[in-house]
Amino acid sequence: MRRLLFKNLVLGPLTEPAPAKDDAAVAELAARVDRVARRRLGRTLAIREVDAGSCNGCELELHALSNIVYDLERFGLRFVASPRHADVLLVTGPVTANMREALERTYQATPDPKWVVAVGDCALDGGLFAGSYACIGGVSAVVPVDLHIRGCPPSPLALLKGLLALLDSAASEAKAG
Amino acid sequence: MNSLRETILAGELIEAHRPWPRAVVSRELWQRAAERLHAGEWALLGLWGEPEFAHLAVIERHTNECAVLSFACEQQRFPSIGRSHAPAIRLERALRDLVGLEPEGLADLRPWLDHGKWGTRHRLEQGAAVSAATHGYPFLPAAGDSLHQVPVGPVHAGIIEPGHFRFTASGETVVRLEERLGYAHRGIETLMAGAPLERAARLAGRLSGDSTVACALAFAQAVEAALAVQVPPRAVWVRALLAELERLANHLGDIGAICNDAAFGLMHAQCGLLREHTLRAAESCFGHRLMMDRVVPGGLGCDLPGDGEQLLVALVALVRSRFPELVELYDNTASLQDRTVGTGYLAPALAQQFACGGYVGRASGRNFDARCTPGYAPYDRLRFEVPVLEEGDVNARVWIRIREIEQSLSLIEEILPQVPPGAICAPVATQAATGIAREGMALTEGFRGDILAWLRIAADGKIERCHLRDPSWFQWPVLEAAIEGNILADFPLCNKSFNCSYAGHDL
Ligand code: SF4
Repeated sequence: MRRLLFKNLVLGPLTEPAPAKDDAAVAELAARVDRVARRRLGRTLAIREVDAGSCNGCELELHALSNIVYDLERFGLRFVASPRHADVLLVTGPVTANMREALERTYQATPDPKWVVAVGDCALDGGLFAGSYACIGGVSAVVPVDLHIRGCPPSPLALLKGLLALLDSAASEAKAG
Repeated sequence: MNSLRETILAGELIEAHRPWPRAVVSRELWQRAAERLHAGEWALLGLWGEPEFAHLAVIERHTNECAVLSFACEQQRFPSIGRSHAPAIRLERALRDLVGLEPEGLADLRPWLDHGKWGTRHRLEQGAAVSAATHGYPFLPAAGDSLHQVPVGPVHAGIIEPGHFRFTASGETVVRLEERLGYAHRGIETLMAGAPLERAARLAGRLSGDSTVACALAFAQAVEAALAVQVPPRAVWVRALLAELERLANHLGDIGAICNDAAFGLMHAQCGLLREHTLRAAESCFGHRLMMDRVVPGGLGCDLPGDGEQLLVALVALVRSRFPELVELYDNTASLQDRTVGTGYLAPALAQQFACGGYVGRASGRNFDARCTPGYAPYDRLRFEVPVLEEGDVNARVWIRIREIEQSLSLIEEILPQVPPGAICAPVATQAATGIAREGMALTEGFRGDILAWLRIAADGKIERCHLRDPSWFQWPVLEAAIEGNILADFPLCNKSFNCSYAGHDL
């Protein structure tokens, strides 16, 4: 283990520079997010992920955000284990009928101010599963959504851009306010 | 009249079914099939149904022959297979929920995928009957002194799919685990009914996102079998590249995640990096990190680019240069071994009974790999080993994955120089509307185990009925047994070493 640690020490960081934030996402956010709420949050956000019936593809890319290449935590964004600790709910999947109640209850358990980010084409409008008897179809049909990140699944870079936009808009509002 | 072949000959053979035989059998033969399964002479591959028929796919152990037996239901009833062969129980409960067939003699009639939230129970024949599920789900009881229950999920603490676990514990020790699944039920089979092949293929590729290549491959092979489509050789070989890349990426991610659940972050970081490189190579070659929608009926939706071989050779070299020291690290870290050795033991007899696929079965002595048995091209022309261990613990499941990573690396190397030039896709859509219904079936090996696809293409070329059986169906139930007697805190570790798919199971 020591050998490996030493090698990693001299190798230099493998983490890649931050991507530019997603302009479309910024616009969507500016229109939706409450100023006062943002001021209170500052530059760090606690994220609670809710899989509302995804195929698990979106989860794989959300996991990738925490690998050393993307290293989400350096931006002050981190995944937390309970909705009670969260500022942001990150929801994937077409919201199955069987998950609807769990999503609603998770939303209610998250303290204000809070944001909801819908991740993936399924979370936007049900995606390929739209119209199924077993799906509600889109997160916004169940809880209010502040930001959509599209893709099937969105790449880690797309996810990062969206989340950075969220963070930046929080910070700039804080300064302006 | 005991062998599978004799059973089929005694039934009424369905001509349109490919590549293995399907026959409608009598009640007596159907019940005898349950006995063969119970005796372990046959293994269960799948059980599904239509409003008029229950279907049972099996493989005979000593001949490796596959077949589908169908039972013509009388008043939507069929003799339960699960009554004598436990692996069929959940499949029959799901069949009851989704199609409305009643398994006669099945003791456990609690709804499984139906949580009572669909409004009307949406059966495949579109007839809407009121859901059988009511509020409240009676969990199985556990009796004893000072037992307590711990409910977990469906929303978990990490980035995990939805499912509910009901633990009954005595102090730290798990006395009983009961799973409740179905939260990710999206209604895939109903969405497929009536869908054109192209849309159905995309749905198949989203049964379980981590196995998108293997699922899409199973679907495509079933279509190709049904329509007798010849897939261009180039597509056959490049498909295997996609499949091995998917296996590689998943195993790398999982080994890291298992170690992370034992609080060993270094392995997680290093394996995660190699996984990322693998996904990037996949994106450079095929335009999508998870390679979704790349395998299509008839061949491939995209070709291996000119520099593809070079990119993949570089990936193999990179993983080869880094992975051995990670294996050494895993092997030499006593604190890690302390967590994985002996934890979550799955008895080989249980793995046999449930015909557990993939690393779950192979770590418990079950030597089965759909790439070899029944086998499909191009694996019949490739040399590779299927690692098998007997220990059945978390450690053994990690080692099977380690060995499979090594095998996938050499398979990629072996495949690359053999990829022939030529077309990558045969026309299928134009051939699909044959004027008669055709049936096809396929079994492919995903990273998690064997995936079954069965379908009927209607006379107009659209999917009439498609059933996909994820390997998790035969792995989830035995996880309940493997965790018994372990401490609660080891559940994440055990669960990750199985890594069953919630989405794949829930349909
Ligand atoms: S958006 Fe795509 S990857 Fe994400 S859950 Fe839906 S089908 Fe899966």
